[in-house]
Amino acid sequence: MSDFIALLAQIAALCRKELLALLKEPSSRAILFVPALMQALLFGYGATYDLNHVPYAVLDQSHGKASTELLARLDGTGVFERKANLVSPRQIATAIDGNDALMVVSIPADFEDKLAANQPSPLQIILDGRNSTTAASAGAYLSSIVGSYNQSLGGGQAGITVERRAWFNPNLEARWNIMPALIAALSMLQTLLIAALSVAREREQGTFDQLLVTPLTPMQILVGKALPSIAVGLVQSTLIFLIIRFWFHIPLVGSAWLLYLGLFTFTGASVGIGLSISALSLTMQQAMLYTFFLIMPLMLLSGLLTPVRNMPAVLQAATYVNPLRFGMSIVRRVYLEGAGFGDVATDFIPLLVIAAVTLPLAAWLFRHRLS
Amino acid sequence: MSRSGFMQRMVALTRKEVRQMLRDRSNLAVGLLLPIALILLFGYGLSLDVEHSPVAVVMDDTSPAAREVFAAFQGTPYIDPTWAPDMQQAQRRMLAGELDAIVRIPSDFSQHVANGDAKVQLLLNGVDSTTATSVEGYVGGALATQALKMADRAGGKAGGGGVVVQQRMWFNEAGISTWYLVPGLLVLIMTLTGAFLTSLLIAREWERGTLESLFVTPVRPLELVLSKLIPYVVIGLIDMTLCLIAARWLFEVPIRGSLTVIVLASFLYLVVSLSMGLFISGVTRNQFQASQMALLTSFMPAMMLSGFVFDLRNVPAVIRGIGEVLPATHFMNLIKTLFLAGDNAAIVLRECGILALYATVLIVAARRTLRKTLDR
Amino acid sequence: MSDSGATVVASALRKVFAGPGGKPLAAVDGISLTARTGELTALVGPDGAGKTTLLRMVAGILAPDEGELHVLGIDASKEPQRIQDRISYMPQRFGLYEDLSVQENLDLYADLHGVSQAERRERFGRLLAMTDLARFVDRPAGKLSGGMKQKLGLACTLVRSPDLLVLDEPSVGVDPLSRRDLWKILQQLVDEEHLSVIVSTAYMDEAERCAQVFVMHQGKVLADGTPDALRQRAKGLTCVVAPPEDTPARDLQARLIDATDAIIDAVPSGGSVRYIRQPDADSEQLARLLGGLQPKDRPEELEDAFMMLLRQHHAEEETKTPAPDVLSDKKTAARHDEKPVIVVRDLVRKFGDFTAVASTSFDVRRGEIFGLLGPNGAGKTTTFRMLCGLLPASGGHLEVAGVDLRTARAKARARIGYVSQKFALYGNLSVRENLQFFGGAYGLRGRALHARVDAVQTQFQLQPDAISGDMPGGYKQRLAMAASLLHEPDILFLDEPTSGIDPLARRSFWRTITALVQGGVTAVVTTHFMEEAEYCDRIAIQDAGRVLALGTPREVREQAGTGHDADMNSAFIAIVEQARAKGHEAGAEKAA
Repeated sequence: MSDFIALLAQIAALCRKELLALLKEPSSRAILFVPALMQALLFGYGATYDLNHVPYAVLDQSHGKASTELLARLDGTGVFERKANLVSPRQIATAIDGNDALMVVSIPADFEDKLAANQPSPLQIILDGRNSTTAASAGAYLSSIVGSYNQSLGGGQAGITVERRAWFNPNLEARWNIMPALIAALSMLQTLLIAALSVAREREQGTFDQLLVTPLTPMQILVGKALPSIAVGLVQSTLIFLIIRFWFHIPLVGSAWLLYLGLFTFTGASVGIGLSISALSLTMQQAMLYTFFLIMPLMLLSGLLTPVRNMPAVLQAATYVNPLRFGMSIVRRVYLEGAGFGDVATDFIPLLVIAAVTLPLAAWLFRHRLS
Repeated sequence: MSRSGFMQRMVALTRKEVRQMLRDRSNLAVGLLLPIALILLFGYGLSLDVEHSPVAVVMDDTSPAAREVFAAFQGTPYIDPTWAPDMQQAQRRMLAGELDAIVRIPSDFSQHVANGDAKVQLLLNGVDSTTATSVEGYVGGALATQALKMADRAGGKAGGGGVVVQQRMWFNEAGISTWYLVPGLLVLIMTLTGAFLTSLLIAREWERGTLESLFVTPVRPLELVLSKLIPYVVIGLIDMTLCLIAARWLFEVPIRGSLTVIVLASFLYLVVSLSMGLFISGVTRNQFQASQMALLTSFMPAMMLSGFVFDLRNVPAVIRGIGEVLPATHFMNLIKTLFLAGDNAAIVLRECGILALYATVLIVAARRTLRKTLDR
Repeated sequence: MSDSGATVVASALRKVFAGPGGKPLAAVDGISLTARTGELTALVGPDGAGKTTLLRMVAGILAPDEGELHVLGIDASKEPQRIQDRISYMPQRFGLYEDLSVQENLDLYADLHGVSQAERRERFGRLLAMTDLARFVDRPAGKLSGGMKQKLGLACTLVRSPDLLVLDEPSVGVDPLSRRDLWKILQQLVDEEHLSVIVSTAYMDEAERCAQVFVMHQGKVLADGTPDALRQRAKGLTCVVAPPEDTPARDLQARLIDATDAIIDAVPSGGSVRYIRQPDADSEQLARLLGGLQPKDRPEELEDAFMMLLRQHHAEEETKTPAPDVLSDKKTAARHDEKPVIVVRDLVRKFGDFTAVASTSFDVRRGEIFGLLGPNGAGKTTTFRMLCGLLPASGGHLEVAGVDLRTARAKARARIGYVSQKFALYGNLSVRENLQFFGGAYGLRGRALHARVDAVQTQFQLQPDAISGDMPGGYKQRLAMAASLLHEPDILFLDEPTSGIDPLARRSFWRTITALVQGGVTAVVTTHFMEEAEYCDRIAIQDAGRVLALGTPREVREQAGTGHDADMNSAFIAIVEQARAKGHEAGAEKAA
């Protein structure tokens, strides 16, 4: 028993030293927590596919009551912002090319006449396809406004109305989708790097030899190195979580305990990868570059920006070794859906497997990687 | 110092930097391999375009009209409809994350169709709101077409008036997201090889103490900066060529602007991001902090705030203002225009001017961090 | 070249840094000095005296806070670049590009200094021969041993003959052979090209070769003059005494050096003990101390004057070095137990086709100080790393305290202490934090940990709150020693523990070691200060991976055939040169 306590005391000494080295200088403290905060705020506002300000221009050649009313409806949405009233079709190209307008609504001269004659009356819209996602959304939104305008005309087609309800994200806001994912993604960025540098720095500065001649076992070194990195990761996650919950007011549906269990497992797996990189690297530079080499694909293949399902089968298979995919999935589902342990249990398995492979690998490499 | 002295030192320093770069495979991994991996990932792996979205259809009505609706869903490539026996089963599958949406056709559907006021319930999984919105559009579209067909058959008052929207999307007629992701990728890769790789360079020399000996030689600070830029400019240009080749022949993204302007603009941005990395490196004098700063100040914002995937027009003014400060935003705008819209003199001149300004300021700033003194 | 006769003129020069706790600390505190053209000028002084700061200001990479500094007639604070175009500077830690080869490093600096191709060929040949690096031109600098790196740094500095050569402790960690060659080159450059050199050093024999010596202490100049003039201060106080047949010289030395009111300094040398007596020492007390031994007068040396100056100065601030009490007295003196604690048999280590250690065998007995000496790159550090279990052996057998540390259970490592060649503690942690961590890693905790940390801090005179990475080299060494002694190990491995630390600190370091050994600890030490071999019970001289000589210092001196009372330095050089010559002959025979 006292042997066990001695064992823990040794680990605690190592943890303490690691944390001191990480947090001692104000500049390194700042770099660990300020960016996470700032990014959470910035991306909370910036990372959105939702239309907000669509600058558009109008070429109204009809100048009738109908066109004025339709345009009033557009302006009334608060999303479409009229930037210019064009007078000639030649101006369309200038408006779009010059980034002044995302969309040009062109109303032909016979617009009103056709409407009055109960004929289909075409309305042209030209979209800037340089960001086709925004363009398509703007087009779809405009169509829906035109649809409701048609209905108000009384005519309209015999139609099937869709009654929409969205689970987990009632207003289908992109922020709800992206922000919980950032709890995992933003913290991974730095935990991976901290873990990757922890051994590489000691090797480069020669302190690792000094560590290896102490009675610490590789397992103790591993735990002593992993825990501080995990702790930093969890603190970062917590900061982002608090911002999401109390600044952006996205309600946490599931259990906070399960959320943290998921985050702990996920961070553990990330740290395992980081320490393995670290144990393999001879210099800090190598550790950093290899980490970075990994981070990019890990981010892209996680479902952060685009759904995993849209990927080709080969890449989908590759995502099984990506802790971020499963970490993010657990966070999103617990946070937004209120998923219980049973629902996300399958997401834990890959994380545990990754941790179970990488952590012992790192421990073995401590002693067996020779310079 | 004479001109030849300058040249001799430049050659010596550049040779040293090239050797150091080539000796460490991790440099080349990030400088060359990662861009290739990213090109492939972006081209093949990332798509915002929803296809084969799994949707369960709960048919409380089994009339021919309802079955036609099901058939209509089958007719679109965007939706993979599956039949669900009841709402409970469908909801369970949605909770398990197997479904994007549930469409419920109520038991009185066929009656209402006859009256022209039929309703269909759509239940979306809002976790992935982007997919959800697209699915909503596709479901609505399929239903509208179907309604038209039905109305046609009924020979009713179809073909009536109303406004018909004729939509044209310029520059990207088919609305393929790859077309705007791939030019954006060029920006990301330039940022990556630039800022991240160079952010280690000066910090490493500080940490290893090599600068102290280097300072007390006839070397000038500007020579140090330039010699560090040159090898990575070459790497950046190789990456740019790879990107252009991939864009043109692998992903068949049109390149409508002139190639010369594209290369010139990319070169400018490359210099901007390289000197940004050097500046960070010189200020932090610490590899760990430098790499973190590079990630946080150049790479992450370039990915998230430059209009790469998220349109800057959708964000609050403050955030947009921050985005506008980033050189990446200006290059992003420029390169998307050059690829998809063609040469637009006004945009090219304005953005190139801004980039040139950034390049000058950052080179001077990087040079200042290499003032030959150990005083901070 | 300026004909004013002075290369460096400083007046009332001051440089202040933020010390521990944010207090301003004047590293250079009102120094005025003049270094003359075409001469060797030496700066000597204990750690933290401000030598490095002064030299950095001379090199134009630190701006003075107050005072004037003219180098080659140029104002150093206004036009540093003009100075840098004309001088060569070797910092304490020469920043070699470790991923570039030896040749590439040399080429880089030659290009930067604008050395022509023709000049280069002749110069490189000489430099490579002097540094004995010719065999390694294609090797990456990072793969060189510590001393070889130092020599390469020096070679990079000497690629041209500048108007002023500034060297900051150029010979730290450099073996005696290369040191001799280095000074030969410097002397040659001064004689033939009237080179002006300003050098800081911890070796008094080096300072003795200089035309002018400045003794610095705490940012001030204590004394200056020619070595002859400085030596006069110790005139008539220097003696040598031989210990009785059965006592090691170091025991007598320990007794003498502890009696600070009668003795200023004492060192073992050539089997005897050299000492300086206090001018006002009571002759009766001296006689009692010597216990009937008959001392002889000896000529005074610069080191004697230096030790006097420093001791006098120290006496004003602190009373004396506290009696070594590094170990609690649980250990009983068990001197020269016959059972060896370290057994090395036919040890071999190869890196690729390079043999770093070739069939080396030796034993170390309990309570012994065993010295491992050899030129740079001889394989000492490799041997050390194998003994400590940091590197697997390619062949042979080794045993430390009955086990091979590489495969032994973790607990076995608790019995050893290890001080590596390069400072290997956490630079951004404070002294106390480092000690607490290593104490914890060795399983100390609670009150015991506190007590030990306090004890070693006092023993090595360390400031608990100082950031260890910012301390002068000598203090780093003390901290490393302190950390390795926290857990009261049975066996100590010390790889060049005294490199770069001043003579005063070296005395106190060896006093600690001798006290530990008296308490039963075994110590294995490498060093480039050959006089320190006199503290060892037995020494082995290694070169090119082979053991050339093994035995007591006396036996080794006899083997060298340099005469009975010759110093260790000449014995060492003789043995290595004889072996190398033999090797060349053998090689020539083989070739024939």
